[in-house]
Amino acid sequence: MVFSDRSQKLTIAMPKGRIFEEAVHFLQQAGLQVTAELQDSRKLVIPVENAQLEFILAKPTDVPTYVEYGVADVGVVGKDVLLEEERDVYELLDLQIGYCRMMVAGMPDWKQTDAPRVATKYPKIASRYFREQGQQVEVIKLNGSVELAPMIGLADRIVDIVSTGRTLKENGLVELEHICEITTRLIANRASYRMKSEAVDDIAQKFLEVIPSSK
Amino acid sequence: MAKPLGFEKPLGMRDILPDSLAKQRHLERALRHCIDRWGYEEISTPSLEYYDTVGAASATLTDRMFRLLDKQGHTVVLRPDMTTPIARVVSSLYKDVPLPIRLFYQANVFRAQEKEAGRNAEFFQTGIELIGDASEDADAEAIALAVFCLRAAGVETFRIAIGHVDFVDGLLEEEIADEELRSQFRNFLYERDFVGYRQLLATLDMSDDARNRLEALLRLRGDKGKIAEARELTVNGKARRAVETIASLWDALEAYGVTEDLLLDFNLISNLNYYTGVVFEGYAADLGSPLLGGGRYDHLLAQFGRPAPATGFAIKMDRLLQVTPAMKGQPTTRVLLCYTVERRREALAEAQLLREDGLIVVTRLIGNEDELSDSEKAGYAKVICLTKQEE
Repeated sequence: MVFSDRSQKLTIAMPKGRIFEEAVHFLQQAGLQVTAELQDSRKLVIPVENAQLEFILAKPTDVPTYVEYGVADVGVVGKDVLLEEERDVYELLDLQIGYCRMMVAGMPDWKQTDAPRVATKYPKIASRYFREQGQQVEVIKLNGSVELAPMIGLADRIVDIVSTGRTLKENGLVELEHICEITTRLIANRASYRMKSEAVDDIAQKFLEVIPSSK
Repeated sequence: MAKPLGFEKPLGMRDILPDSLAKQRHLERALRHCIDRWGYEEISTPSLEYYDTVGAASATLTDRMFRLLDKQGHTVVLRPDMTTPIARVVSSLYKDVPLPIRLFYQANVFRAQEKEAGRNAEFFQTGIELIGDASEDADAEAIALAVFCLRAAGVETFRIAIGHVDFVDGLLEEEIADEELRSQFRNFLYERDFVGYRQLLATLDMSDDARNRLEALLRLRGDKGKIAEARELTVNGKARRAVETIASLWDALEAYGVTEDLLLDFNLISNLNYYTGVVFEGYAADLGSPLLGGGRYDHLLAQFGRPAPATGFAIKMDRLLQVTPAMKGQPTTRVLLCYTVERRREALAEAQLLREDGLIVVTRLIGNEDELSDSEKAGYAKVICLTKQEE
């Protein structure tokens, strides 16, 4: 290939959070050199010697931002973040890890109110969903412990990701509506997808081989 | 929204300070020099256009345009691109000028922004339009000229990705009867959501063969070899014609000797419903966004009453600035010439002589030499003082 002499070092943005361990395990299975540093380190940028690779550890919501601006070539991130952030990136693969569901939840005795209020960490997803359902709701953005909102009367429903449903149950909430399934995705920067096409294809191929349902 | 503070500018607007502007002008000269040689003539059009004419015909979405009212109550827009005003000129003032017409521009265009950094609302472009030539060689000329422009600007590592809108359309039409469904697939490609594309594909009831063909579209990105792969995916008709166009385009580009900077990308979709044939996008190393974009737009001219095939591209100057080396060449010597009022005539005459010799001369009236601080002298290669002569 004519471009082989050009630098194809790849920077991968990894989400520090819910799916981090599963994602690291996935990288290992895919045969990437993942050093111990990646797992227990306070460093934010971790180069991998002799592998033309470098990891950036980022807050999950920032992963698409880094990739869109091209400071990371590719990234591993949940579909929940992609739906909320609406960044201009290539969504290359569904890694089929970090599975959860985006749900509307509320108290078991929830009833339609005149001015429905929804608390969520995902205001765009929530607004879009209720709009599509033909409902006008007020969306309140929270940054954590969203389950608290219906219990203390801040909102009558919440929109959040649910994996086992335990947190909901422990807080006396029930799942009301199913919005969509969420899994972890491999994303790529628009320019890197072209400028480093060989390196991007290479990593996508390695990932593809360990995705459970692909042959 | 809070009242703007004195230093603030509207969202997406930028100042260009002298050092950056000097480099931008230098790049513009380099591009102009390159484009001139290909027989393109420069054109300038107004910053404001009617919404109903240029605004409506433009590929830019209405909500991205700056719209305002003129004194007569017409809605006008700050031009969102240069291609549409040029189509207007070619169909009106230039309507008797025989085709093909080659024009270029170096101008600012405006697109309203919602988000933060890196998205300018006003940006400078250098671009070309080749109007009235439907051949692959016209497409090749536009792409080759883009390559030569990037080289002339000193961009070291870049690639131009090339696709064809009919390939995607044609392949979808061969396998999927429902237009609504096809448009969902196109939208996934446009949004670069390959996962969504595959998921939608998995829900359809079709033969494995058809499914594999549509899946293979996502992998059709690479060098010349992809042309043969693309051919195998399609039987005849629209998609096949698009492949053959790309094949002869590639031959022409080989003749130009530029193919090592090119990449074929059969799933490239730049702008829904605007481009009609070959499309391309240019990228540079270490730049997260495209540097240039272009393609064939055969329907635009008809909207102004002079149907004609056309192709062209625009380079984004702010992005080009980020990927080009610092300016070379000796900076001109700067001289500070100070004088007291008695020697003004002599000093200003001397300054003019030095300027004619090619130096940059700044003059300054002083009372006596002690007035000059070191920091004032710092920016100059030489300081000359013509002060009152001691008796």
